[in-house]
Amino acid sequence: METAILVEKLKARHPDAVLGSTDRYGTLEIQVDRNSIDRLVETLRADSELSFNMLVDLVSIDYSAYPGWTGDRFGLAYLLKSLALGHRLQLKVAVPEEEPVVPTLSHLFANANWLEREAFDQMGIRFTRHPNLKRLLNHHEFVGHPLRKDYPITRRQWLSANESLMDEMEVRLKEKGYE
Amino acid sequence: MFHSIDVKTLLPVGAENSAAGLDSTRPKDKRDLVFVNMGPSHPATHGTLRALCALDGETIVAAVTEMGYLHRGFEKDCEVHTFQQVIPYTDRLNYVSAIMNNVGFCKAVERMLGVKVPERAIYIRVITSELNRIIDHLVCAGANLVDMGALTNFWYTFNVREKVYDILEKLCGARLTSSYTRLGGLSRDVYPAFGDEVRAVLREVQRSVEDVMKLIAKNRIFLDRAKGVCVVSKERALAYGWTGPTLRACGVEYDLRKAEPYYHYEDFKFEVPVGTRGDVYDRVLLRFYEVEESIKIIDQALKKLPKGPVITGDKRVALPPKQQTYGNIEGLMNHFKIIMHGICPEPGEIYDSTEAANGELGFYVIADGGKNPYRVKCRPPCFMNFAAFHEMIEGAMIADAVANLGSINIIAGELDR
Repeated sequence: METAILVEKLKARHPDAVLGSTDRYGTLEIQVDRNSIDRLVETLRADSELSFNMLVDLVSIDYSAYPGWTGDRFGLAYLLKSLALGHRLQLKVAVPEEEPVVPTLSHLFANANWLEREAFDQMGIRFTRHPNLKRLLNHHEFVGHPLRKDYPITRRQWLSANESLMDEMEVRLKEKGYE
Repeated sequence: MFHSIDVKTLLPVGAENSAAGLDSTRPKDKRDLVFVNMGPSHPATHGTLRALCALDGETIVAAVTEMGYLHRGFEKDCEVHTFQQVIPYTDRLNYVSAIMNNVGFCKAVERMLGVKVPERAIYIRVITSELNRIIDHLVCAGANLVDMGALTNFWYTFNVREKVYDILEKLCGARLTSSYTRLGGLSRDVYPAFGDEVRAVLREVQRSVEDVMKLIAKNRIFLDRAKGVCVVSKERALAYGWTGPTLRACGVEYDLRKAEPYYHYEDFKFEVPVGTRGDVYDRVLLRFYEVEESIKIIDQALKKLPKGPVITGDKRVALPPKQQTYGNIEGLMNHFKIIMHGICPEPGEIYDSTEAANGELGFYVIADGGKNPYRVKCRPPCFMNFAAFHEMIEGAMIADAVANLGSINIIAGELDR
């Protein structure tokens, strides 16, 4: 689909959500209002002319050290792909430092669960209604968010006890019908 | 002679998986369960992965996975190193097929720089990448078969892998951590006997695949351990963002080399094998078929290999020849600029991906005009596979979980970064 038509189509469906669009080395990027990201992705996935059926990756970015940056401190890039139609799209969400909260996509894509946990762990962005927003890559006793630009790369932390995982297990057992 | 009775059909099979509960009408009681940790340090996890399993008898009724034991801050490290210095770090992502990571990262940054990679370098990248795909698949399938008790296959696949490593060692001086690519090309050209040695090793690869197929294709134990075990549907695989062999085993024909061709893959004649059931059997067998396709690609690429330089002449990214560096002031300054001031792409953001052995290996790179990347996000293909692991093993047995883990080829280096 032509990128201009795609943007127009999305604007017609979600007039408040689409803030603008850019070309990133041949891939269309659409800037999206952060509170509408879940509704917009739902449309992108369900509409048969768009059918973005794969969440390829979720990238969290801290722009606070970017030269000449005046926008919100954090950004999230959602990379989507349609296997049937073969096109790609990326959605960019600006996330303010004071309230780094974005609606979850974990009900739309199964891998969003872990991708959002990673973004929370590394960058400190929180996802509302996420079923299990815990750290993923770093140890559960770790303090801070290492990919933020103000986290010094040389800072070491003493992490001792391993995690029992029983909190997650209890939830899983309940889902499986064990009381 | 044994009749080929499928034992599993005699038992009340659970809807989703092969292992059967003793009595499905029994009320579910948490006190009946035993909790067992698989990993993080266990021979069958092939790396530091952990799955906490709730067992009812031998059946896993619920599982929770944990990762991050090999997390070493790859993405943070990238931010304090120059673009060239990131290349050795990429070796450590999927360390079983390091050159594919080198190529993936360089391809993304080269697109940002607008550098044209010489044709010869592109063909050598294809050849070495496909060699890496072969050894990656052989390692995965060989180790997986060991987990099912079939040790001989391991020798067949690893013997020939050693011979591929001998070639890679001659090529770039390292067996595992190759760092073979440079921005704009390669670190060095291939040696004169390269083509003949690759052809010879490919014949051995072909033979080892045939040997292994003879051992497993009609092997009752293997078939029982692999067929219908840990089945994943097309829909779940896509929901989890699976790519590569694991997705294709579910019956989705998706390969970036065909879907979004790069490096002249559209000109090579090769097939994309696709599975039908999405079980362990499909995932193992598919890798052997892919090895045979890679052999075809390498064969064609060797025939077409053009002459010429293996690194671009673009002075922004390529070091000048040593005679220039030591022989005249312009060459010396060029060298100094690239080493001290680095290679600086224009500010921008790019996502670029290649079809690595495990699936779509992507790099999201942000440049701010400086010599270091502002942010690098790696998309490791096996991250998506491992995210689904708990779901796959629920309803199966511990032994199935082991067979399954091998079949989705989790490489902790790229999983945890």
